[in-house]
Amino acid sequence: MLGRLPIAKMLAATVAMTAAISAVMLPIGWDGQQASTAAVKIDDLLSVTIVVSAFFFSLVVVMLFYALWKFKAKPGDESDGEPIHGNTRLEVAWTLIPTVIVLFGAGYSWSVLRDIEQPAENPLTVDVFSQQFAWSFGYPGKDNVWSEGELHVPLGRQVHFKMHAQDVIHSFWVPEWRIKKDNVPGITTTAIVTPNRAGVYQLICTELCGFGHATMRAKVVAEPPAEFREWVGGLKEKVPQPLAESIVRDTEANPVPLGAGGA
Amino acid sequence: MAAAIKRPGWIRGALGAVLAAAFGVGLVVALRAASGLPAFQTEQTGYPQVVVPLITGPFGFLAGFGCFDYWLRWAAGMPTIPEDHSQHGAKSWRDYFRFNTDHKVIGIQYIVTTLFFFFIAGLLAMLIRAELSQPGTQFVDAATFNGLFSTHAAIMIFVVVVPIFAGIANYVLPLMIGAPDMAFPRLNALSFWMLPIAGLLFIGSFLAPGGAFGTGWTGYAPLSTGAPLGQSFFNLGVQFAGASSIATALNFLVTIVTMRAPGMNFWRMPLLVWANLSTSMLVIAATPFIAGVQFMVLFDRTLGTNFFQAAGGGDVISYQHIFWFYSHPAVYIMMLPGFGIISEVISTHARKPIFGYRLMALALLGIVVLSYSVWAHHMFVAGMFSWLRVPMMITTLLIAVPTGIKIFSWLGTLFFGKIHTYSTSMLFALAFIVTFTVGGISGVMLGMVPLDIHVSDTYFVVAHIHFVLFGGSVFTIFAGIYHWFPKMTGRMYDEKLGRVHFWGTLVGTWGTFIPMHWIGMNGMPRRVADYAAQFGDWNLLISVFAFVLGAVQLVFLYNMIVSWRFGPRAEANPWRAKTIEWQVSSPPPIFNFDQIPRVVGGPYEFGVPGARHAIMADDGAEVPEPRPTVMGSR
Ligand code: HEM
Ligand SMILES: [Cu+2]
Ligand SMILES: [Cu+2]
Repeated sequence: MLGRLPIAKMLAATVAMTAAISAVMLPIGWDGQQASTAAVKIDDLLSVTIVVSAFFFSLVVVMLFYALWKFKAKPGDESDGEPIHGNTRLEVAWTLIPTVIVLFGAGYSWSVLRDIEQPAENPLTVDVFSQQFAWSFGYPGKDNVWSEGELHVPLGRQVHFKMHAQDVIHSFWVPEWRIKKDNVPGITTTAIVTPNRAGVYQLICTELCGFGHATMRAKVVAEPPAEFREWVGGLKEKVPQPLAESIVRDTEANPVPLGAGGA
Repeated sequence: MAAAIKRPGWIRGALGAVLAAAFGVGLVVALRAASGLPAFQTEQTGYPQVVVPLITGPFGFLAGFGCFDYWLRWAAGMPTIPEDHSQHGAKSWRDYFRFNTDHKVIGIQYIVTTLFFFFIAGLLAMLIRAELSQPGTQFVDAATFNGLFSTHAAIMIFVVVVPIFAGIANYVLPLMIGAPDMAFPRLNALSFWMLPIAGLLFIGSFLAPGGAFGTGWTGYAPLSTGAPLGQSFFNLGVQFAGASSIATALNFLVTIVTMRAPGMNFWRMPLLVWANLSTSMLVIAATPFIAGVQFMVLFDRTLGTNFFQAAGGGDVISYQHIFWFYSHPAVYIMMLPGFGIISEVISTHARKPIFGYRLMALALLGIVVLSYSVWAHHMFVAGMFSWLRVPMMITTLLIAVPTGIKIFSWLGTLFFGKIHTYSTSMLFALAFIVTFTVGGISGVMLGMVPLDIHVSDTYFVVAHIHFVLFGGSVFTIFAGIYHWFPKMTGRMYDEKLGRVHFWGTLVGTWGTFIPMHWIGMNGMPRRVADYAAQFGDWNLLISVFAFVLGAVQLVFLYNMIVSWRFGPRAEANPWRAKTIEWQVSSPPPIFNFDQIPRVVGGPYEFGVPGARHAIMADDGAEVPEPRPTVMGSR
């Protein structure tokens, strides 16, 4: 049965289509600017996924259109197709090959995940407070000074964001960093980011939190360490009482991040 | 009048609803008075004087309408009314508005009701797209907007996609397995009548003080535990939809296991039957979880319990675990029956046996098993214990394997066939293969944790769910409706209009949902009433396509209504299919078969000389020896 099909030509068409799709899609920066060490790794993973996906998509399209072109019934033809019930080798192949490919995808993803969550020496800890519908930030390393609606981070140093939701769930997302984490009432959640590109970005709340959800944004400034120190030094206010209490009250959800050995 | 009150039906139903609702209010007032509280409580989450009648009223309606008559008489030791078949079959359109135990009537009741809600929820979608066509506020405020997309999604999922498959299978499945009806016809009717109640509760929430529920179809706590009254409508609507779906699944399981015609062993069941068997296994074990978790939210809201409120010692994330333990299997509850439909349509119109029939059936079971072990892929960024992410990523990606088997086997079925594309059902089936592949691919991307961290809760997810639910489930629903329309109505639909509907839907779906992938990756979060100006042009384009998609559904509606009334008469077997439902007249006789057919071979033996699937009692054919199902390579 397989012998009667132009397998080589179909494969060639699939590969050509994969190449064409990849050529169009890969140069586009789908995820936008890259402003953290994680961004590059995640985008590389995306590129590999795009190529593999383009292959499977092309395979389906080529098979479908070939079949439609070759095996379409002539008008008035009432006869049946050939009574082929299956082909064990083919069925085994399209079970095993995709299995191997998705397991490779899982392994690759896992290694990226370990990489981007690997805690570094001497990180900067920043407390993130979210409430309907505003963000504020505490700097425990600098006497718990507090900033509302504006987050500054130094370049080149790993930042551990410790998140404390005050009312409902919110989610912390800076697209240019590719990092997102929910802020959950009652527990401390952690996100790890190493910003590596100076600029002004937006912190976006991505968990539906009520009528102000769409406008729950904050300004994010990534800047060289000196400027950062200067900015933090200029902050006067301390983290106010109720917020400070939430730091103590919230239980630690993930004491050890994935990459930090063991757990 | 007195007779009308005694007879089951709308009058007694309305009376029952009013009395039971009044009883509910009275109960609340009396209990509160006894506890020394003011009669009414109008804090935003409470409102027991509304919530309790919302529970008792529907039961009063169901009882009055006649859903429990037989059982109550039997349980009370009264003489049951002998079955005179007055509740069986439909002679005029009025019979569709009665308590009817005929699976064919119930099937049509389901389909028409769910399509009604499909158009309501579709209208809500049009409003959403109108608001999003430009950045800034167009015509609804943010709170109303949250209500719009929440009711849209809840109606589409709980009262359209999940139950419409139950409707199609209700009609077709007993015929396919050569059974006279479902195993439990009264339970079947009760299941149906709970459904409009769920839909009305979802829509009715717009009337509640504080507006419709606005927490998404996911209703995450603690946003939902503190939300205004509309949320309780959601909690209760899910109960009725869930109970309906569990009872139906039970019915399908028993029907499939015990009522197959002689000779129909498991390997001779059409794949639609396999698909509904698998779906029912998912529903039965998963749906109780969402019922439970919505009760827990309702209790947090009205009784002051503390399941999910951190301040009172509750655990916020456990809501998501329980919710997704249902709602991931639910996405396959919304897909597997469609897989079944596609298998029937493709095999029939390609005039070929399904390629790798057994592997197709096993893939369904594989999906069932894996479905229970992937729920946390919805929670990769939720702050749950981080170790769970990698195992759940692996199981999630593995689900792509049985899904891929199905895609390749459908394609394999086309090869060396005689493909006919004159029917709209086949067009939808073929388009489904490609469109669903895109949804599967984005699913795999979402399953990869590092990618999901970036695109979770963005428009990328919106793109994914619409590619799998619209390009997947809804395409299969259309394929199924067109395919069995002649059988159900005894009329042919108009293929020209069908083509207009098909091409409009195809272009509308891709045009609407493809760009969403990109704006999601590029930084647009989901569930927002407003967005950054940079996404304005894309959103306008999306809205335009969405309006095309919406408008073209009216062609479908017109085609269905006019063809049902005036279409040319359908023959018994217009598609020359092999399965049993096509061997009886269109529409089938009231009790399906004069004599139960005998099954002598596989369901898709196209091109096998002399092969038959079933022998009908009255066709006077020689009965050949039953032959084993042919499989493997040739
Ligand atoms: C290859 C198969 C599939 C895979 C690997 C997959 C994977 C995923 C993942 C990982 C998510 C979570 C994304 C996030 O919230 O960050 C998701 C969301 C979703 N998927 Fe799929 N999916 C698949 C097929 C389907 C099918 C067949 C359906 C339904 C017919 C479906 C419906 C949904 C829905 C409704 C959501 C969004 C839930 C929400 O509102 O948050 N998926 N999928
Ligand atoms: Cu928010
Ligand atoms: Cu899922």
